[in-house]
Amino acid sequence: MSDLKVWVQGIGLLGPGLNAWPTSLGVLRGTELHANTPTVLPLPARLPPAERRRAGAAVKLAMAVADEAVAHAHVDPATLATVFASSSGECANCHALCEALATPAPVVSPTKFTNSVHNASSGAWHIAVASRASSTSLCAFDGSFGAGLIEAAISVRSSGQPVLLVASDSPYPEPLNSARPLPDHFGAALLFTATSTDRSLASLTISLGSAKHVAELPNASLDALRRAIPAAAVLPLLVALAQGTSQAVAIDYLPDLGLQVNVEPVLQPETA
Amino acid sequence: MTPLAISACTLTTALGPGRVATLEALQAQRTGLAPVTFMDLPLPTWVGEVAGVDAAALPPSLAKFDCRNNRLAWLGLQQDGFLEAVAAARARWGAGRVAVFLGTSTSGLLQTELAYRRRSPEGALPADFLYGPTQNTYSVAAFAAQALQLNGPSWVVSTACSSSAKVFGTAARMIEAGLIDAAVVGGVDSLCLTTLYGFNSLELLSDEICRPWGASRKGLSIGEAAAFALVERQPQQAPQGWLLGVGESNDGYHMSSPHPEGLGAIAAMRGALADAGLQPADIDYINLHGTATPSNDAAEDNAVSTVFGVGTPCSSTKGATGHTLGAAGGIEAVIALLAIQNGLMPAGLNVEERDPALKLNYLQRNQRASVRRVLSNSFGFGGSNASLVFGEAA
Repeated sequence: MSDLKVWVQGIGLLGPGLNAWPTSLGVLRGTELHANTPTVLPLPARLPPAERRRAGAAVKLAMAVADEAVAHAHVDPATLATVFASSSGECANCHALCEALATPAPVVSPTKFTNSVHNASSGAWHIAVASRASSTSLCAFDGSFGAGLIEAAISVRSSGQPVLLVASDSPYPEPLNSARPLPDHFGAALLFTATSTDRSLASLTISLGSAKHVAELPNASLDALRRAIPAAAVLPLLVALAQGTSQAVAIDYLPDLGLQVNVEPVLQPETA
Repeated sequence: MTPLAISACTLTTALGPGRVATLEALQAQRTGLAPVTFMDLPLPTWVGEVAGVDAAALPPSLAKFDCRNNRLAWLGLQQDGFLEAVAAARARWGAGRVAVFLGTSTSGLLQTELAYRRRSPEGALPADFLYGPTQNTYSVAAFAAQALQLNGPSWVVSTACSSSAKVFGTAARMIEAGLIDAAVVGGVDSLCLTTLYGFNSLELLSDEICRPWGASRKGLSIGEAAAFALVERQPQQAPQGWLLGVGESNDGYHMSSPHPEGLGAIAAMRGALADAGLQPADIDYINLHGTATPSNDAAEDNAVSTVFGVGTPCSSTKGATGHTLGAAGGIEAVIALLAIQNGLMPAGLNVEERDPALKLNYLQRNQRASVRRVLSNSFGFGGSNASLVFGEAA
């Protein structure tokens, strides 16, 4: 088996107390305290006004981290293939539809129905950047980030082209929140290439194996996020990238199957 | 791509459970669609409901997965010797080297819709509602992996109506990368209120039977279905057929309307042909996406004629099965294999008068001929497109 190896060109990050990749480095390294303040979702400036009005939390979150990673990597998003990984898509929308459908004579909003598809974020992003490149949207419940990482890496390998991975989750309103409690919005984006460039931050060599204990993060409240939100399974990888040292990182995926990522830094995060 | 062997395949639709029932219905040009009786819904529409879903009780050890979508999956898995074929692959490659990649758009959402009707006075969902094993988009893959005793990689692709076509691409890439040796792919989508009322709200449901390529077509008839295929690095016996090429693209145009000229669809079809190392003239039959919405059929007619010209025989089988959304790519993949195996290009049903503005060689009667290679189109909301080429090994 040939190594499944990709190069990281750009990173986007948005979550509680994590407002962007460069301003989160200290928190990720554990040299700064993590202020667990609620995630603030920016308006997706890239979207045309009609789509911007319709954008729900999931679209805003995915667009924000995708934008940051693309800007960081200095790539043209109009030709970029994408993988969107999420446990649940547009949660407020799902609640509104189920509520409407529980009434005696249901009337459903066509806009809410359209945006109820799991690939709503992908659709919005590809409209915003006018990209006809391939896009996959997937879900593996709590292992959705791991699934997205594998799909993005095999897509880079088979096409030789850059791929943008976006992993994001938003909370449900009640009553679904009690059945699937997610504390806040969390999203991360990673832009991968098949070969190294002068902007590469690090290479990642990814392998599948039995589920291994994932090491606790330097910051306890970050570690709590990792355990609580599926997309935050990316955090051990982001910590390693922030630390800028060679290391093997275990990532949660399925109950019986884990991921190991060997991180080899090229540029220190501050210079990339 | 290196041709990928399809060792086993099965489909369960409104035409019946398994390949034989499907083939007989296709040969008889019989539709599985009927005016909706599902949940006594007061919607003026036709649906392709699968008989016997409620009776397909899950094995007791998998009871937590109980919902309409997983019952349909379980009914589908039990047809055509599929369980035995997967057991053989598991023994051959090891349970950890066989993946499960399924497409769905609905998952077990009906379970949540019904739970909302049983909320407590305080608004809480009933205690018997289990989110993860039913509503969550991954549910059907988790269920299938456990039912098939597989513990390789698994996930659900959910890109609306292209979902279960795209999983073939995922499996091919994973085998090529050496991460797995085989995969169960396919899709399951089941009737639920969100899709029926949702498409109704978009005025995309026909109030009569759907009429792909018809002059008077008004929109789609929704169906439900389960389709599964086992793909392997090398086949143990003569396979059911081969996956020769995969093309995937996005429209980047609109959330719920196709690009009017079908630019994304053109890219997907050309991508699939290039991946297969084939020319347009190498394709004997095209199974169209053909939803019977005015805009889909017009855009697809334009896209297919741009790539193939207007001579290649083609049809949409959604007049027989309904539009099974996240399962459509999977069932039409199996129909493509049935076409190759039986030399049958199935008619597009319910056309009445064909739309004079559409140019393709659209089959209104079954045609018997040697069918060596088939291209199948699947396009979805969010502008997601996938085209697959099936056939004999290149």
